[in-house]
Amino acid sequence: MSKLISLKDAVDLVRDGDTIMVGGFLAVGTPERLIDALVEKGVKNLTLICNDTGFIDRGVGKMVVAKMFKKIMTSHIGTNRESGRQMLEGETEIVLIPQGTLIEQIRAGGFGLGGILTKTGLGTEVETGKQVIEIEGERYLLEKPLRANVALLFAEKADEKGNLTYHGATRNFNPCMAAAADIVIAEAQQVVKVGDICPDDVVVPFIFIDHIVDGGAL
Amino acid sequence: MMDKQQLQEFIAKRVAQELQEGSLVNLGIGLPTLVPNFLPEGREVIFQSENGFIGLGPVPAEDQIDPCISNAGGMPVTIMPGGSFFDSSLSFGIIRGGHVDVTVLGALQVAENGDIASYMIPGKLVPGMGGSMDLLSGAKKVIVAMEHTAKGAQKLLHRCTLPISAVNAVDLIVTEMGVIEVSHEGFVLMEQNPDFSLEEIQAATGAPLIISAELKQIA
Repeated sequence: MSKLISLKDAVDLVRDGDTIMVGGFLAVGTPERLIDALVEKGVKNLTLICNDTGFIDRGVGKMVVAKMFKKIMTSHIGTNRESGRQMLEGETEIVLIPQGTLIEQIRAGGFGLGGILTKTGLGTEVETGKQVIEIEGERYLLEKPLRANVALLFAEKADEKGNLTYHGATRNFNPCMAAAADIVIAEAQQVVKVGDICPDDVVVPFIFIDHIVDGGAL
Repeated sequence: MMDKQQLQEFIAKRVAQELQEGSLVNLGIGLPTLVPNFLPEGREVIFQSENGFIGLGPVPAEDQIDPCISNAGGMPVTIMPGGSFFDSSLSFGIIRGGHVDVTVLGALQVAENGDIASYMIPGKLVPGMGGSMDLLSGAKKVIVAMEHTAKGAQKLLHRCTLPISAVNAVDLIVTEMGVIEVSHEGFVLMEQNPDFSLEEIQAATGAPLIISAELKQIA
């Protein structure tokens, strides 16, 4: 059975107040068509989990400009002046998380782990309010798992079952996010028949993917 | 007097000499990205890009740009033969796991105990830490490459006044004035740019400078 759905049906799965994860690193490996369709639909009060907030005209940055988020959990907002403005003026809650911690919180959320222990952020503001655990004389921060209602992912190719492949640096947060949301939608540049992707080349196995959207070439 | 570009190239050129044959290196955005331009002829250094690959290569010609291959600053780059792509979890496993030999980063402030502030000026500029906190805690050696002062304001301090990115993390600081090692005793001036007197370098530094017995001129 093909998991291919229309852009419209895909964005109808995102509801006001949802927590969403969006793949991509400075808009490389981001599902741009899904983002455009969400902006057009105008969903509100979302919580975003994403590596960064992209640019005002690329990636999730377009959703920031459209004021669709009440909260953003991210490692970097420096390439999008609107994120900074919304943060400083108190319009949007922005939680800054070290990138390596953010990806592992997502991995923990998807892979049944109760959290992760990391030295990153010890002795900084990142430590505030968090439990420090000592293991064999070394101190670590306990960072809790993250999950979302919907994950919006990018892929180079998807087969109709949902096996995904990647090119270049587009993987970034996409494979981990595939495991960490209740509904997982992948926008592929190309949708192919089952069997057209060599099993050796599959980066994300189809079991994680609920729906596919044909995004066309970048 | 060096202009801004000359000054950055001077710093990058000195940092390049620190990178050993075969080492795995992660470069921060801005000034550190200039470092590969000054590697000694024939020295092979492998660059990691935290967005997901090792084997980062030079900026491509306009007609060779692949929109799917960019560095951690979002700029188009290339991948060298023998390089590989991976996801962020593996990428930060490499970083936190101690597999990166050297990271070269900029900073807003560095303290004499090695604390570094590099990700925010509260209420003014809040870009976020990106991958820098992981690099600071995981890389075997941390080199800060930056201008010695910010428009005259001291950046090398007794203690950081801005929120820090990591405790006790910096090993070496390279500025247009000199090369400074962060030791248990504090800042040790190892190399001096002869364009600046020791008095000038100390005046631009907000903590006592220990002058190395083997003080050299920056080559």
